[in-house]
Amino acid sequence: MLLDLDISKTLRSGRGEFHLQLSYASSGNRLVILGPSGSGKSLLLQMIAGLLTPDRGYLKLAGRTLFDQQQRINLTPQQRQVAFLFQSYALFPHLSVRQNIAFGLRRGVFNPRVNMQNETVDYWLENFGLTAVQQQKPYQLSGGQRQRTALARALITEPRALLLDEPFSALDPDLRIHMRNELRELQERLAVPLILITHDVEDVKAFSDETLCLKEGRADERLI
Amino acid sequence: MESVWIALSLSLKVAGWATALNIVLGISVGYFLARTRFFGRDLLDTLLTLPMVMPPTVLGYYLLVLVGRRSAFGSWLYDTFGINLIFTWQGAVIAATVVAFPLVFKPARAAFEAVDSELEQAARVLGVSEISIFFRITLPLAWRGILAGVLLAFARALGEFGATLMVAGSIPGKTQTLSIAVYEAVQAGKDDTANMLVVITSIVCVVVLLTASRLAPGRVSERTR
Repeated sequence: MLLDLDISKTLRSGRGEFHLQLSYASSGNRLVILGPSGSGKSLLLQMIAGLLTPDRGYLKLAGRTLFDQQQRINLTPQQRQVAFLFQSYALFPHLSVRQNIAFGLRRGVFNPRVNMQNETVDYWLENFGLTAVQQQKPYQLSGGQRQRTALARALITEPRALLLDEPFSALDPDLRIHMRNELRELQERLAVPLILITHDVEDVKAFSDETLCLKEGRADERLI
Repeated sequence: MESVWIALSLSLKVAGWATALNIVLGISVGYFLARTRFFGRDLLDTLLTLPMVMPPTVLGYYLLVLVGRRSAFGSWLYDTFGINLIFTWQGAVIAATVVAFPLVFKPARAAFEAVDSELEQAARVLGVSEISIFFRITLPLAWRGILAGVLLAFARALGEFGATLMVAGSIPGKTQTLSIAVYEAVQAGKDDTANMLVVITSIVCVVVLLTASRLAPGRVSERTR
């Protein structure tokens, strides 16, 4: 079972309160969470990654308990070993493509060296066609190259699951179709569990083993 | 002539120590205030910025009251460690540190606040520890903004007069820094020495300011995504 959760979270802001109340169990290896902006889907993804703590309930991913309020379990993001692809990719602007990809491999207080040698990094650079731009900084890259860099950086740590936050929204339409196919092939090849959030129905068509619809913080039962 | 070089080296020593202390203090306090929210944070920020606007003599007086032998803290320092800060070069370091502190702390806080928190979250999910995130992401991205402040603080510490005179006095070869030596030379009618001191001080300050303006944020195009 990919995802098994029963959580609630209340967020307060200047404009009022937002309640997220969700109970869901998924069976497939791919889950698409669909909802308009403000539906709470980004919050849900952040809670899975450990970047936001639910108020109550439990959360299991691939059979592993990440959060359980009653048992007082709350793994840190570092312990969860998931990959998170941010909407804006969140590439480290002061590091080259090569250093970005190698980032998670290196522990300690120093960044990977510019000329660090590592076969795994070479493998991902080649796999994603980034070898030619490996010494460039993120701002020099095209949209597709940025996304591939972010994906390689996330996948190199051999995560237990891949979480994607609106992965194609920053791309132009042609590239979007291309990257969607590329990601789908990659996911099938690596057999890594995937959770993708989107407001785009096309993403559902490409990935839908299973779709969870969110609306105003709750599961929406309507059919797509 | 030799006294000029002694004053210069003393000034550099005092300003160097004050800057080193401020790098540690300014960065830690700036980071703390940028990343935490608590009641009274704005008041604390204001209090820590006060040395920038208060007359240095007033600061010097506060320091005298705080670390002087007759104060509780000062007498404790003396009784426990045998440390007396008044009329010593270490006292001058304390005075220069306090006066220059806001020049590091203010830009450091602003620079830390400008770092995109999503980058830190990305590093967190990649399994990198919090301390490593600070040294590998947050500090390198904030560093240019901080460095400009550090250089200004060095220049300010180098030119410190009022608070230093109050706390450390003007003992030639011991606590008489460059800026105090200028004053003493003019008072004693030694125009040649004063001219020399003034030229040296001006050159050092121009060099520091030029360096600071090259490092100031806003000239960094490579940071924009």
